[in-house]
Amino acid sequence: MQITKKIKILTISVSILLFVTTAVKSAEECFEKTSRAIFKFNMVVDDVILEPIAKGYNKLPDPLRKGTNNFTSNIGTLLTIPNNILQGNFKQLGHSVGSFAINSTIGVLGVLNPAEKIGLKPNKEDVGQTLGSYGIGPGCYFVLPILGPTTARDSIGLIADTFVDPFAHVTLRENELLSTSGNTLDYYSVKATTSIDFRAKNEKNFESLEKNSIDLYSSFKSIYLQDRENKINNSIDEEDDWGNLDN
Amino acid sequence: MKSIGIYLFSLFFFFHSALLAYSSNPKDFVSELVNEAIEKLSDKNLNKDQKANFIEEIASDNVDINALGLYTLGELRKSSNKDDISNYQKSFEKYFLKTLTQRLTDYSSSKFEVIGDDKKSANYTIVSSKISPFDGGPEIKIDWRIYTKNPEKPLIRDLIVEGLSLARTQKEEFASILSSNNNDIKVLIAKLDEFVKK
Repeated sequence: MQITKKIKILTISVSILLFVTTAVKSAEECFEKTSRAIFKFNMVVDDVILEPIAKGYNKLPDPLRKGTNNFTSNIGTLLTIPNNILQGNFKQLGHSVGSFAINSTIGVLGVLNPAEKIGLKPNKEDVGQTLGSYGIGPGCYFVLPILGPTTARDSIGLIADTFVDPFAHVTLRENELLSTSGNTLDYYSVKATTSIDFRAKNEKNFESLEKNSIDLYSSFKSIYLQDRENKINNSIDEEDDWGNLDN
Repeated sequence: MKSIGIYLFSLFFFFHSALLAYSSNPKDFVSELVNEAIEKLSDKNLNKDQKANFIEEIASDNVDINALGLYTLGELRKSSNKDDISNYQKSFEKYFLKTLTQRLTDYSSSKFEVIGDDKKSANYTIVSSKISPFDGGPEIKIDWRIYTKNPEKPLIRDLIVEGLSLARTQKEEFASILSSNNNDIKVLIAKLDEFVKK
């Protein structure tokens, strides 16, 4: 019965995905006015909550920040592993599995990163990137409350992440895996810490962007889409679109 | 007396230009230029105007502002008339210099280090660098897109901060402003002027 329900959800999701990405091949705005209003709300939330926490976080001793980053990245590797398989990227799969195994044991539950020292560097992967690697376009661009910029493909990917991520399986769905269990609070605590760590790392970049943009909403959109492209291609996009300016 | 004046002026001009000339090797060019800019911006003996003047001088000489302005204008550069393009270029230059000074000031309390270079074609070399804040904040990776069509005179065309191109971000930002204003270049020029006056 439960399997039938899951298949139904999957079928509906895939249908929606195919619809939105077929209708809109490039990341075009679908609800720009609403997105701009949500973006303003998110900026207020950032100013009042996230930014002060990130500033405080940046004042913590370097080893503590590094340890936190290592810990959340190691848990993030769990989502990367199934996506490496789905993308058929077995070289990266080796990096991910090796890194998770070493860091979770020798690296004291992921607080240290000895795997990096022996050359294991897993790229972060999620279902949105996997769908992108299958050639599915981003579809509509819009902004979600709190979660920020996204596209049709990536928002469906975000939901799908919770089904393929073993960490979500143990915490969010409270299932036991290899004698490990957790709860919803664990899941959201790790996600919140990851967001704070990301915001803190980019404190200067955010400040600079806010000061130097004429239309901050568009700058964020451009940055989000560039970042996703880079992640899907696993490389920095060096698209040469300077055209006749090269002559 | 007049010839002594001309001689002294020429001497000053020669040394001034020589001081502002950087290596033609893209890697050394970026290293010398940025380190000098950071040094000047963190010099407590210089006031805000002196710092801005210095940045303006080195940017005018070493950044391809003209091409960058046209690039960020996108397809509209092909359909706009000469006067509009010329007005846009003037406003863009002022806007660019203001934002560049602000950006460099933001990173002036940091250590700058060039870590490598990659020649992409006869026209382009990507120089990789990193900025490490003295207060122990996180490192920032910056790639510099250097236009090397004239190998003797490299020019900066783009900064790629943590994999994100500033030129492309700027281009898409301008495109958004234009698309919500019937592709009217005059609206964009007014927005740039407004930003410069702020």
